[in-house]
Amino acid sequence: MATFTPQRVQSASGGRSARWLPIILLLLPALVLYAAFVLLPIVQGAYYSLFKWNGLQPLTNFIGLDNYAKALGTRQFTNAVWNNAFVIILSLTVQIPFSLALATYLNARFPGRALFRLIFFLPYVISEVITAIMFYLLLQPDGMVNSVLRWAGLGGFVQDWFGDTALVMWTLFFVISWKYFGFHMILLLAGLQGIPRELSEAALIDGAGRWQAFRYVTLPLLGPTLRVSVFLSIIGALQLFDIVYATTRGGPLHASDTMATYMFDVGFIRSQMGYGSAVAVILFAVCLVFALLYQRFVLRRDTEGAITVAG
Amino acid sequence: MAATHTATSRPGLQVAVRDRRPVRRYLRYCGMWLVGGLVAAVIMVPLLYAVLDGFKTNGELVGSPALLPNEWVTSNYTEILASGEFWGFMANSVIVGLISVGLVVTFSSFAAYVLARFSFRGRELIYTIFTLGLLFPIAVAILPLFVELRSFNLLGNPLGVALPQAAFGLPLTIIILRPFFRSIPRELEDAARVDGCGVFGFFWRILLPLSRPALATVTVLAIVSTWNAFFLPLLVFQGPEQWTLPLGVMNYSDQYSSDWARILAFTTLSMVPAVVFYVIAERHIVSGLTSGSVKG
Repeated sequence: MATFTPQRVQSASGGRSARWLPIILLLLPALVLYAAFVLLPIVQGAYYSLFKWNGLQPLTNFIGLDNYAKALGTRQFTNAVWNNAFVIILSLTVQIPFSLALATYLNARFPGRALFRLIFFLPYVISEVITAIMFYLLLQPDGMVNSVLRWAGLGGFVQDWFGDTALVMWTLFFVISWKYFGFHMILLLAGLQGIPRELSEAALIDGAGRWQAFRYVTLPLLGPTLRVSVFLSIIGALQLFDIVYATTRGGPLHASDTMATYMFDVGFIRSQMGYGSAVAVILFAVCLVFALLYQRFVLRRDTEGAITVAG
Repeated sequence: MAATHTATSRPGLQVAVRDRRPVRRYLRYCGMWLVGGLVAAVIMVPLLYAVLDGFKTNGELVGSPALLPNEWVTSNYTEILASGEFWGFMANSVIVGLISVGLVVTFSSFAAYVLARFSFRGRELIYTIFTLGLLFPIAVAILPLFVELRSFNLLGNPLGVALPQAAFGLPLTIIILRPFFRSIPRELEDAARVDGCGVFGFFWRILLPLSRPALATVTVLAIVSTWNAFFLPLLVFQGPEQWTLPLGVMNYSDQYSSDWARILAFTTLSMVPAVVFYVIAERHIVSGLTSGSVKG
């Protein structure tokens, strides 16, 4: 069996067509699937966006870039963009630092750590819709949260969490964070575990304080992971749909619309597929521009595997 | 080294680095448990309320801060479990999940194999095109995707969700598998060739078995994302006989809008498969997201 047969080796990597055949055969299924359901719809969407179209009739009413002008001039759309931006800002200033703090916490050695990790990460596997509906009920005016507040004598804090236009995005942000902080925590924990403990111990021995050791030794080394976490957080916030749709449908009075819920509203509820496609293309463009800039200015240093956990 | 010098001249610092005195260590643990307990409570309390509210009557539930029911009403849970509707949603989720996960893992491992272990012109370009997919959430393509699925007659068909879901799962799966496949030593491949393994034989008999941890990871991640998918099923599935669990929960809460106890019982039961799966597969999920499988 194990006899050396050089002819075989030759033939395996041999003629031109024989070399290309397995490459094509193995790549084809993934490429076809990807082209048909990812690339093609994106191109088609760009085409539809140039028409006034209800999704059923033939595409005849070409209106150029009017749909884009309409979107950018519509208060409801710009408000949706602002809401996406709101979630991004809070994710970067609250959610990721919180996840980082918990990752640092779990990186310490103490009994019970595995159990805490198990609990913190649990929401990641619970679906967005189930999370949303659970919180929607618990945060109703007569729901559990308000009842507990009243019972504890904190009646002044009782709110209509999803019904108040000024409050609804904060409530949604809480639900989003509940669902996703564990994900970022795990990414960052992995990053931390890739940093040899001796480095910060050496800094401590050299007289650095715990904060200094973290700030000047651990944090820079965590850079690649942190950048990935920030990236995924922003892309996730830009496409926010499930949790918003399952709770408020963008309400009350469009106060919690996101680009994706607005697109769903105009495209499917109001049957303005052309206009909805323009909204989708804008969302696409925002993602693309952001990704390119991020790649160019932030991820440049972390070459391969930058999108996943670099280490 | 400065480090050793400082350590010997200031021995007290050793304590700060690694504390060996039991009392202080115990106090430190108490602090850690307190912090962890607070965060764990924020996660577990809503879940506990959801589970236990399902055992209450609405009269007892609405406006009451109590966690435990006065009287345990099991009818919400038993009626849902006996209705068949719930099991239908679950079966649909399983069917869509199996097709989608099967496709994405199979096709991605083929593609990642080629992209990892063959050198040919255009390889990096193809890889880049796949990685670009990571930037484009399904929301971006959903309107034209709907039109496309309608013209393929795939609306209302499990494939209408499974195929696009698999397609959008390709980028992440390929990105995780490629470095793993790449890290398997060249010598192993040469040895296999010498022993008569062809391109496919090496893939099937050597590469895949050696990559089991990475495959477990991508499978688990694909299961989680398909199982929880909502946007696409919302558009593609048109009736209760086709709905997956997230859609079932959504519609249940619309249908019984004031019957909170029943909705929470339904929500709880819908969570069970994911939570059980999580407890079993946690290791793979965590190791998947952490360096293990990504770097090999």
